[in-house]
Amino acid sequence: MSGIIARGVGVRYDGRVALEGVDLEVPAGEWAALVGPNGAGKSSLLRALAGTVPSSGTVAVGGRSRHEMSRRRWARLVAAVAQHPVLPAGLTAAEYVLLGRTPHLGYLAAESRRDVVAALAALERLDAGALASRPLGSLSGGERQRVVLARALAQDPEVLLLDEPTASLDIGHQQQVLDLVEGLRRERGIAVVAALHDLTLAAQYAGRLVLLDRGRVAAEGPATAVLTPEGLAHFSGARVALLRGPDGELVVAPRRPA
Amino acid sequence: MTAPRPLRRLSPLAVGVALVLLLGALLAGLLVGAVGLSPGAVLAEVADRLPFVSVDSGLSEQEAAIVWDLRLPRVVLAALVGATLAAAGASYQGVFRNPLADPYLLGVAAGAGLGATIGIVTLGSASAVVPAAAFAGALAAVALTYALGGATGGGRAGTTLVLAGVAVAAFFTAAQTFVQQRHADTVREVYSWILGRLSTVGWSEVALLAPYAGVSLMVLLLHRRLLDVMAVGEEEAETLGVSASRVRLVVVAAATLGTAAAVAVSGLVGFVGIVVPHAVRLMVGSSYRVIVPLSVLGGAAFLVLADLGARTLAAPSEVPLGVITAFVGAPFFAVVLRSARRGWGP
Repeated sequence: MSGIIARGVGVRYDGRVALEGVDLEVPAGEWAALVGPNGAGKSSLLRALAGTVPSSGTVAVGGRSRHEMSRRRWARLVAAVAQHPVLPAGLTAAEYVLLGRTPHLGYLAAESRRDVVAALAALERLDAGALASRPLGSLSGGERQRVVLARALAQDPEVLLLDEPTASLDIGHQQQVLDLVEGLRRERGIAVVAALHDLTLAAQYAGRLVLLDRGRVAAEGPATAVLTPEGLAHFSGARVALLRGPDGELVVAPRRPA
Repeated sequence: MTAPRPLRRLSPLAVGVALVLLLGALLAGLLVGAVGLSPGAVLAEVADRLPFVSVDSGLSEQEAAIVWDLRLPRVVLAALVGATLAAAGASYQGVFRNPLADPYLLGVAAGAGLGATIGIVTLGSASAVVPAAAFAGALAAVALTYALGGATGGGRAGTTLVLAGVAVAAFFTAAQTFVQQRHADTVREVYSWILGRLSTVGWSEVALLAPYAGVSLMVLLLHRRLLDVMAVGEEEAETLGVSASRVRLVVVAAATLGTAAAVAVSGLVGFVGIVVPHAVRLMVGSSYRVIVPLSVLGGAAFLVLADLGARTLAAPSEVPLGVITAFVGAPFFAVVLRSARRGWGP
């Protein structure tokens, strides 16, 4: 397993700068959370890492740059979970997860027995084995997110990119999804880069936080260093108190004006 | 219909049923016609041509010619047109993720209409140039759509492409109406072409269509797994290592080639490209690995039967094929839709 290294990454949409000069290094088995206000460039950075938007700078996995690789080879190294994944209602969960084997297949090839086994194993690993025959349209929010993660896992990636993986889940399912990602990180040494809105969850799950502001890295480091009431007021216009939980874990609590 | 399975593959049973349906349709198309030949004699005549079989059908040379040079080519042509349109429709629905997509989405119909109209007003409807003109018009319209949509929409532009198709179709239709208006004497011929017909066929039309239909069907069948990948949208398809714009270009090119050739020999036959794939989808689920091959067989069977209706319902005159496909297709589709709602659907 190898991590992902980005140097001087920039993204423009029709000339408007969304991201500029971003450096990011996430070694194998590490979890970095991208935090920052809406429009700070979190999704743009994830897209640049996934290679789905044209970007300047370099992105490399295992010393090999995205530019010297085909789209298909890159997809064997880097899996991405979109913020709002498209789930074709009529496909079964197993059919959908099998799509994750695409980068391992020739252009017109069909899946082999091995690919089917890999897809079903990925479903099992995400506690979604029982959903295999279910049409995607019949799944609940938490089930959908596990199936989407299973598709990414079926890609057998070294790097996992997640764009707001807990959005629109209740708190129990948010924790369940993040626990599953945490398990994959530990077991397989996958490097995880996740944009997370919820700062408490970001602080508790990620080893490192990267605070983006207007397309640049404003702060980077352990949660205690990045999350300060002054910093959050400045970058997000947020009023928060930083508390400690029973085990000393960081809790970011919103506050009403007095 | 069956117990849920995690991976729905093309089952031998489904292919078998579709093949039996197609063979039945082909046989019916061969046995029934304006001239009353006895079914037994037609069957014997066909059997006689099989290797190692020798049967005397008792048909005169003229009657045998009706079987071999009129009915058989027409039935084969109907099957080819139906298969091509249904496969193209299914592929368009997949590649544009749009359930309303049909093979004429990007301007094929309008382009072919203009080409055929120009051909008819300048050379007459009997001219062998009319199919070529329709074919050229169809290809030109889709090429224009692609140039327009691709230029404005960048790399991933399914929606832009569809909108460009609307604009191109409107423009070509206006041009076609204008040309037709200036030559009011040919309205009847142009109109009959637009409604679709297989009435003037011999083997030459089959020979004209077969190579294009063959290439088109083969490319579309080979891309059926990639159509499933496209179902997750262009950006996610790209994170799976698939170039969405390339897949779309190849699929559109193959579907256009087949559709343009089909339209050139049959006129504008509506409804097949949209109803057949949806009927298949409602019966066997929404994976294109299953939808595309079954649409090929189903589309062929459907159009052979529709053409049988066109020939016989108002014999000795013919009902336009496009009228039959819609007249039969719409109620049939309503039944499928209702049954699927009751729970045996995907």
